[in-house]
Amino acid sequence: MKRSNWILCIAAVMLLALVAFPALDRKVAATPPTAEVTIDNFTFSPATLTVKAGTQVTWTNHDDMPHTVTSEDQTFKSKALDTDEKFSFTPSKPGTYTYYCSIHPKMTGKLVVE
Amino acid sequence: MQKNSDSILFDHNHDGIDRRGFLKCMAWAGTGALCVLQGGVLKSYSLSDPSHAKKAAAGDLSFVQISDSHMGFNKPANPDVAATLQAAVQKINALTVPPEFILHTGDISHLSKPGEFDNVDQILKSARPQDVFFVPGEHDVLEDDGNQYRERYGKNTRGSGWHSFDKKGVHFIGLVNVMNLKAGGLGSLGGEQLEWLEDDTKHLSKSTPIVVFAHIPLWSVYPEWGWGTEDSAQALAYLKRFGSVTVLNGHIHQTMQKVEGNVTFHTAASTAFPQPHPGAAPSAGPMKVPPEQLRSLLGVTDVNHVHGSHALAVIDSTLE
Repeated sequence: MKRSNWILCIAAVMLLALVAFPALDRKVAATPPTAEVTIDNFTFSPATLTVKAGTQVTWTNHDDMPHTVTSEDQTFKSKALDTDEKFSFTPSKPGTYTYYCSIHPKMTGKLVVE
Repeated sequence: MQKNSDSILFDHNHDGIDRRGFLKCMAWAGTGALCVLQGGVLKSYSLSDPSHAKKAAAGDLSFVQISDSHMGFNKPANPDVAATLQAAVQKINALTVPPEFILHTGDISHLSKPGEFDNVDQILKSARPQDVFFVPGEHDVLEDDGNQYRERYGKNTRGSGWHSFDKKGVHFIGLVNVMNLKAGGLGSLGGEQLEWLEDDTKHLSKSTPIVVFAHIPLWSVYPEWGWGTEDSAQALAYLKRFGSVTVLNGHIHQTMQKVEGNVTFHTAASTAFPQPHPGAAPSAGPMKVPPEQLRSLLGVTDVNHVHGSHALAVIDSTLE
């Protein structure tokens, strides 16, 4: 084959590879999904959060009083979170996890894991 | 009907206490007066009246309740809770009839940190009454099931920190209702503590004046905000036979009163920050007020028992 033909051939293969496998030209690795719950005015928002298993859920306390995030079945339990402190939990098993603030037990929330 | 409106008019329970008179006494209390039942007649003395100090006879008992010092809290509702606790101590030290001891009804600290407890202890060292009896608030038992609280303040207490003691014929009972709180629930005393309470009081004569102190109110102030105790009815049932029961609580950061039969319920103001009236705000959290108004919403409670009388006189005074 002529040299110019080889070059064209290789370029075509590369182009084909790029089209067939678009991820090859990217350096980014997949990040886990995340979800947020905010705590303010003695309330968890959203009151019910639905996520897929493996999602990292982060609670952030914006209230001027400390709160905890305590699941009723002991699956997860934060320390007392002062203003602006966070707690993260990544559920692996599907299910419905009801939780509450152990300091102010009238504050309740639900995490639904699919 | 007697013309003198300070006399007992209706002694329904045959115990020398007239409900209407007692409530009138509470109204006087707002003017800083000490209201005493003597020989069936309500008399008032100004707290600053020096002659009252002489009238206080041996056998009379005077103590103060403070509550919710939340040492460590530093948000806009009160950036300096140490200063307001100090002001409360000064108020106590200025009382004409020196109190014999202090009851602290909990939330001593804000985040159960050792430094916070240390600060409160340091400030209370300048109080004239050096005997202080505590019960924990929910802010005092974070992380460690209350171990640190009991190490510091739990000498001579049982279980999670309940205890009783006697002073001049009055029986004091400190209860703990902030442990093992259930989701969606209220304060809780628990079976072990209730059994202890029954045992502790069963041999007392029904004329023994009883004072119960606990952090969360033992009556249903506002369940929506958790202002109540799930199993307090059982506790009160054990105390039903006594002629005079005074229940002193904190937790709600405002003064409130209720009389039910022989039981007078009273909540104290905080020395740190006020909270809204039930339902008056979206949540129970710290209530911000203009700085010049803050101290008028904080306070101490002075309690006096005249030997032989049934009712204890409970007087709230604000820091300013």
